[in-house]
Amino acid sequence: MTTETEITLTPASLDEIKHLVSERAIQGETVLLNMGPQHPSTHGVLRLLLELDGEEVVNCIPDVGFLHTGIEKNMEAKTYEKAAVMTDRLDYLNNLGNNLVYCMAIEKLADLDVPPRAQAIRVILTELQRISSHLVWLGTHALDMAAMSVFLYCFREREIILDIFEMCSGQRMMTTFFRPGGLWRDVPADFEAAVRKFVQLFPERVNEYERLLTKNPLFLRRTKGIGVLKPETALQYGVTGPMLRASGIAHDLRKAQPYSGYDLYDFDIPTFTEGDTYARYLVRVEEMRQSLRIVEQALNKLPLGPVRSNNRKYVPPPRSEIGVSMEALIHHFKLWTEGFLPPKGSVYVGVESPRGELGVYLESDGGPKPYRVHWRTPSFTNMQILPILAKGHLVADLVVLIGTVDIVLGDVDR
Amino acid sequence: MNEHLQSIVQALQERFEADTYEFRDEVSLVLRPEQITAACQSLRDDHHFELLVEETAVDYWPEQTPRFHVVYRLRSLKHNLILGLRVPLDGNSPSMPSITSVYANANWFERELWDMFGIRFEGHPDLRRVLMPYDWVGHPLRKDYPLGYEEVQFSFNFDEINVRKPYAQE
Repeated sequence: MTTETEITLTPASLDEIKHLVSERAIQGETVLLNMGPQHPSTHGVLRLLLELDGEEVVNCIPDVGFLHTGIEKNMEAKTYEKAAVMTDRLDYLNNLGNNLVYCMAIEKLADLDVPPRAQAIRVILTELQRISSHLVWLGTHALDMAAMSVFLYCFREREIILDIFEMCSGQRMMTTFFRPGGLWRDVPADFEAAVRKFVQLFPERVNEYERLLTKNPLFLRRTKGIGVLKPETALQYGVTGPMLRASGIAHDLRKAQPYSGYDLYDFDIPTFTEGDTYARYLVRVEEMRQSLRIVEQALNKLPLGPVRSNNRKYVPPPRSEIGVSMEALIHHFKLWTEGFLPPKGSVYVGVESPRGELGVYLESDGGPKPYRVHWRTPSFTNMQILPILAKGHLVADLVVLIGTVDIVLGDVDR
Repeated sequence: MNEHLQSIVQALQERFEADTYEFRDEVSLVLRPEQITAACQSLRDDHHFELLVEETAVDYWPEQTPRFHVVYRLRSLKHNLILGLRVPLDGNSPSMPSITSVYANANWFERELWDMFGIRFEGHPDLRRVLMPYDWVGHPLRKDYPLGYEEVQFSFNFDEINVRKPYAQE
């Protein structure tokens, strides 16, 4: 044991952050205040150093990293297939989207095919995931403005989606359902009925949320004209996703560079020009409706067939083959011990996550483990816009602004 | 490769005498560190690459020349194109110019590179660690930084363990 006096930690002196706060803070005219990392409205472990003049935010300095788990470093020490498990833990509201982009990067690196049925199921599940992520966002966003009931309704519908995930993969959140070359296994027989039931029930539920919020005078006063983001600022700061679309730029990777068969489906990109918190709310609510359209179309033309590639250099053989084929047994053994060996090179794949462009940079040195994995996470980039949005607003509005950026701290800190 | 992208790549190749690297239909220009700001400026203003998608690095330790590659990826919304840039860096404590004056969101990407790889960016307005604690020693994503199998470092045994650590220090 050691006594307290022996512990020597260099304190973060004012010198280190002097260039971030205004001259008035150094004079002692404004107050420096810590918000977080343990604060219910920061949606996780986010610390904001605020410089306040009365109740007005003069400067806001985000401090992230409290949830840093070294996933990129850990993935370098695992084989490609085993590292896929870690991808679920990045953005814990978009688990299947993380699986998708990681598998797509491996498929691009190894030039691996994905059967059409697997592509369609991937689209259905990631769009359901988008709805569930937006539901969590909507619920907590309304909760930040003290509208408790919206939160309860949103989580009621989210449960139905999580039940569908559990039906497919056995897990509600950490599914790892998508694997390089397809899916872990085919969806169960009652999957289609469950999704159809949700598709029928959900449109009325979205109308219900809108009835509670869209014309609610209290909600309007808290969101209209708050945190206006100009399109040029958004581009300069690399903001993507619903935030960019609420500022008038109709950029969506599902339309711009269709992947996983998104070009087969008919959907719109909701875009608004106001760029304020209310516009971002409208974009996300409309996105839920569009996602539902995609789910319905994909379900209607869901093809039959295999759900995983037949390329035995990358995909383990099914159990039935192992008993009768020596080659299958060798492949099984090699793939589960050594792993597969993609060619040397580097690829970047980006997909549209509920928060913006989620990308993965994957570099291979020809070995069984990824040489370098970098996650380009939308929350990390979008987070940088918060100080600009918050400037000049009240502390109470800052709580709303954290919600409107829609950060997931697992996604920021990786 | 897309024709428009081809012409952009050719224009830059001539201006900066750069090599290209191509793999699976993705093209990257290999630039020298001192060219990066001018190249980004030209790509943003003349060729409509409005978004800096990512900035990251790869460590090729024990290789020394180059030890690191800094990787940029720019996206043009107008032309729907994506282009990579690669900058090789030599030695254990490299530094290169920052591009925060061109793309504002390079700020945190470069802070992360300093934090994780120990690459210094000259002209960066606020080069502090971003993910690791502010008093952390070492740069975890370097290949000579151990992943595990070591004693956990707490404040009471920090110095004792730190002396035994072989990896590069600041």
